[in-house]
Amino acid sequence: MAIATAPRVKTPLRTSVGLKVLMAVTGILLVLFLVAHMLGNLKIFVGAESFDHYAHWLRDIGTPLLPHTWYLWIQRGGLVIAVIAHIWSATVLAMRARAARPVRYAHRGKVQGSYAARTMRWGGVIILLFVIYHILDLTTGHLNPVADKQHPYANVVADFAPGRWYVTLFYTLAILAIGFHLRHGIYSALRTLGQQTKRGERRNRAIALGVAVVLCVGYLAVPFAVLTGLVS
Amino acid sequence: MNLTLRVWRQQGPQDKGRMVSYQVTDVSPDMSFLEMLDMLNERLTLEGEEPVAFDHDCREGICGACSMVINGTPHGPQKLTTTCQLHMRTFKDGDTIDIEPWRAKAFPVVKDLVVDRGAFDKIIQAGGFISAPTGAAPEAHAAPVPKVDADAAFDAATCIGCGACVAACPNGSGMLFTAAKITHLGLMPQGQPERDSRVVNMIAAHDEAGFGGCTNAGECTEVCPKGIPLTTIGRLNRDFIKASTKRP
Amino acid sequence: MTLYNEGEPIRDAKAPDGSIETRWERRRFSAKLVNPANKRKMTVIVVGTGLAGGSAAATLGELGYHVKSYCYQDSPRRAHSIAAQGGINAAKNYRNDGDSVYRLFYDTVKGGDFRARESNVHRLAEVSVNIIDQAVAQGVPFAREYGGLLDTRSFGGTQVSRTFYARGQTGQQLLLGAYQALERQIAAGNVEMNARHEMLELIIVDGRARGIVVRDMITGEITTEFADAVVLASGGYGNVFFLSTNAKGCNVTATWRAHRKGALFANPCYTQIHPTCIPQSGDHQSKLTLMSESLRNDGRVWVPKRAEDCGKPAADIPEEDRDYYLERIYPAFGNLVPRDIASRAAKNVCDEGRGVGPGGLGVYLDFADAIKRLGRPAVEAKYGNLFEMYERITGEDPYEVPMRIYPAVHYTMGGLWVDYDLQSTIPGLFVIGEANFSDHGANRLGASALMQGLADGYFVLPNTIGDYLAAGPFEKVDGAHPAAVEARAQVEDRIAKLLSINGDRTVDSFHRELGHIMWEYCGMERTEAGLTKAIELIRNLRDEFWQRVRVLGDGEGLNQALERAGRVADFFELAELMCIDALHREESCGGHFRAESQTPDGEAQRDDERFSYVAAWEFNGAGEPPVLHKEDLIFEYVHPSQRSYK
Repeated sequence: MAIATAPRVKTPLRTSVGLKVLMAVTGILLVLFLVAHMLGNLKIFVGAESFDHYAHWLRDIGTPLLPHTWYLWIQRGGLVIAVIAHIWSATVLAMRARAARPVRYAHRGKVQGSYAARTMRWGGVIILLFVIYHILDLTTGHLNPVADKQHPYANVVADFAPGRWYVTLFYTLAILAIGFHLRHGIYSALRTLGQQTKRGERRNRAIALGVAVVLCVGYLAVPFAVLTGLVS
Repeated sequence: MNLTLRVWRQQGPQDKGRMVSYQVTDVSPDMSFLEMLDMLNERLTLEGEEPVAFDHDCREGICGACSMVINGTPHGPQKLTTTCQLHMRTFKDGDTIDIEPWRAKAFPVVKDLVVDRGAFDKIIQAGGFISAPTGAAPEAHAAPVPKVDADAAFDAATCIGCGACVAACPNGSGMLFTAAKITHLGLMPQGQPERDSRVVNMIAAHDEAGFGGCTNAGECTEVCPKGIPLTTIGRLNRDFIKASTKRP
Repeated sequence: MTLYNEGEPIRDAKAPDGSIETRWERRRFSAKLVNPANKRKMTVIVVGTGLAGGSAAATLGELGYHVKSYCYQDSPRRAHSIAAQGGINAAKNYRNDGDSVYRLFYDTVKGGDFRARESNVHRLAEVSVNIIDQAVAQGVPFAREYGGLLDTRSFGGTQVSRTFYARGQTGQQLLLGAYQALERQIAAGNVEMNARHEMLELIIVDGRARGIVVRDMITGEITTEFADAVVLASGGYGNVFFLSTNAKGCNVTATWRAHRKGALFANPCYTQIHPTCIPQSGDHQSKLTLMSESLRNDGRVWVPKRAEDCGKPAADIPEEDRDYYLERIYPAFGNLVPRDIASRAAKNVCDEGRGVGPGGLGVYLDFADAIKRLGRPAVEAKYGNLFEMYERITGEDPYEVPMRIYPAVHYTMGGLWVDYDLQSTIPGLFVIGEANFSDHGANRLGASALMQGLADGYFVLPNTIGDYLAAGPFEKVDGAHPAAVEARAQVEDRIAKLLSINGDRTVDSFHRELGHIMWEYCGMERTEAGLTKAIELIRNLRDEFWQRVRVLGDGEGLNQALERAGRVADFFELAELMCIDALHREESCGGHFRAESQTPDGEAQRDDERFSYVAAWEFNGAGEPPVLHKEDLIFEYVHPSQRSYK
């Protein structure tokens, strides 16, 4: 008997590959945001005035087409959606992975593939906690010792003052977690989006590592500059 | 050689199961791993204990039946080698060796080291074929296939369906197995007409069977006795994205 | 005591007569067709999912029959066809080197040493071309040339390049093609797949094969299954030798049970022994691994001239103390003599005490000259994967020390007797692939087993079974039928008996001992005295088996020892028949050498006057002498000639 070609599944997004694609796309959006955010941070080395001016300008992007701060809110909205989608897909996949191995091995074998890949889930949780703290600290100011909305430069300098070394330490650990997350995440996202050659694989690993290192250095430059007095 | 084995014993699917220790003595380094277990089983039988059940058949690394996690690694420490082709010279006198079955929801334990891998057949049923009823075939030379494609298709087609990829994957994912078939058939001109429905349906069957998703951790390819590369998964992803964004 | 009695000869194998080129076409036309609406009402049981069984089940499913398929493995994809390495012959003549259907037919009849049926072999050659088309359409990744067309090579000593291959894994790729076609039919609901089910008995109702008794190997449940026809595709019986290149699970039970129920067993003594296997490394050996015969193209075979040198490392034996015996005895063919000759020569030098390696059971296959002549990279490119495999198994590097090889049982040409339609002597029982006595005569050519399996499954059986089924659907039968009740009781009794003995020897220890007897007396070289002794030894061992075997556990779940015990029990009965067949065939022919029948210079001497027939054996009750039925072989096209390789 001839068989008609089986009908296609209706909700590809909910399949394990669909969820991965969602995670990859949102992840890449977040990486792009991180790059822009880092470039803005580095303005701190130009001086207090430049940095503060940049911070105020962010609220005026899109004016006069858009009213004051509208663009910023649109972007924030986009980022929140991306983060939620990223976490949602990760959670669904993690739950499926957990269910896929109900009985664990008595003898845990050594990791032969990628160590970075094994830190994605816990790394993601750490990053989420950090982002919440970070917003309360430098966006809303609730956890900042100065909390002067007009002068973000001062907020940053106060934040990473040598007396508050524990903040710098937490910040550093969080940034390193992001670095690890991206090292596997970027490579994995590109693979998920269909990269399929050996050469491309090597290139993507290099890109992932490069972006991770650059972002780590860029983000850590600010607190360490404050800590060492280079920025004050 | 004298060895201590710790073997997973489980009477049946409902039994809880546990690791049981056995001493084996006078193991020849020329024995295959399975021959070492044969020896243990001969002794257990004579001692009145039921022998350890394990899957095996061809014992030459091609049927894909043998399936043991040896010291935490599917098929044991030697790369590109199935358990049946693993020889005891890989181990040292006095070693303790842990032997466990494949662990995955989709591969329930039947007894001791034997699991049910029927889920793989289900994935193939969903689309891992080219619909070419007997007798309908055109002349073999009607569709030339570039040698590079034919070779790459062959490389993917060497998958023996043993399930080591699933056993090694931290997510219990069967993606490498699925991707190998997608790659094999997708590289052949004969495989094009069903390419879209194949990938979407096979992934649906894969998820349905209870396998986890892929996070590109790469453990699968490390333990694959046939060295199926991770790049096949990229190909599967690309085919999937293409197929699911196309208008029907 | 008489070992056998002679019965009526078989007069008609049902092949059409007339021109051989059109026999198959005429048979297909004369075969009755089954109304498509009726196909849906008919069930066919297929036992085994290798190349023959897998392709047959898929094709019958496509045709519209309801198919019930059984295999003992956990998936149909693991059938042992998967291990075939070399390739598959087809008379495509893509090389323009003079190949044709007729030449493939001719070579195969000659290769079988004139013990195969001309009609069957011609049909095989005809459909060989369709097999390649079919496999390519399924996406089988055959080796290709840069132009994108299929590559072929010459294989097994043929003069034309007609062997299609997929690196060293042709069997795997062809089987996966058939498996995928089968899975497609399973998904469509046309085939009901029962993996990990073992056929343990045949059910015959009113003279027709109507069903089988199977044991679910996971739950231990024994059920009776019914159909309008039963197809056996359960492979060969090489494991009667314990050590062979067969998979551990390969067994004779399905065909032997059918034989006990009345199907004739033809040419059981025809076994093929492959010369280039990795020798056993000790008594623990559980199976032997084949290495491609192509190794003999560049390797030189030798043993020390003196037995006392055998313990020395090969490098310490100077050139003048080495005996390149194949080159010495067969100067024209040298290391490339056919399989049977190379195998027997190896056994002879080892019997003289000049074998090398553990137990003195091995000869060197030396690549030193090839490496010197071609350079290591060239040798690596040609044989790299084989060398790796050898090193993985033996722990020796063949680039540095010569390989050791020894012959091993590889294929069994004998099997259940079938007519031209592949139907056994039990109506409704069809037998395909290695399980039937096949088209290979007394010796099989390289790359023709895959061809025969697929020819039977894809093209022959689906056409011929219709002629039988056209008279169906047959009257419904269920488990309450006395024949079914009886068959089921037989199975249950046997299992209960095996479990109840609780003796002091393991199943494997018996199997190993049986294998020793068979290899020693019914292997490559046979003598009247040896075979007579073997029959005695087998009978004694079988009696001992039924008193001393120990099978633990119960029949209620997975019990691998119980499975093996049942298979070994059947091997005992088969082994005796093999020896009787070998004993009665007082000629050297094809893969086997009868010491009493040799030319003055020690070569095989065929005896066409007395033995140009198929020996089909009828079971006559346990412990009773079997009855021999002869089917005369008539050669109208290819005239028998004596082989010579000197």
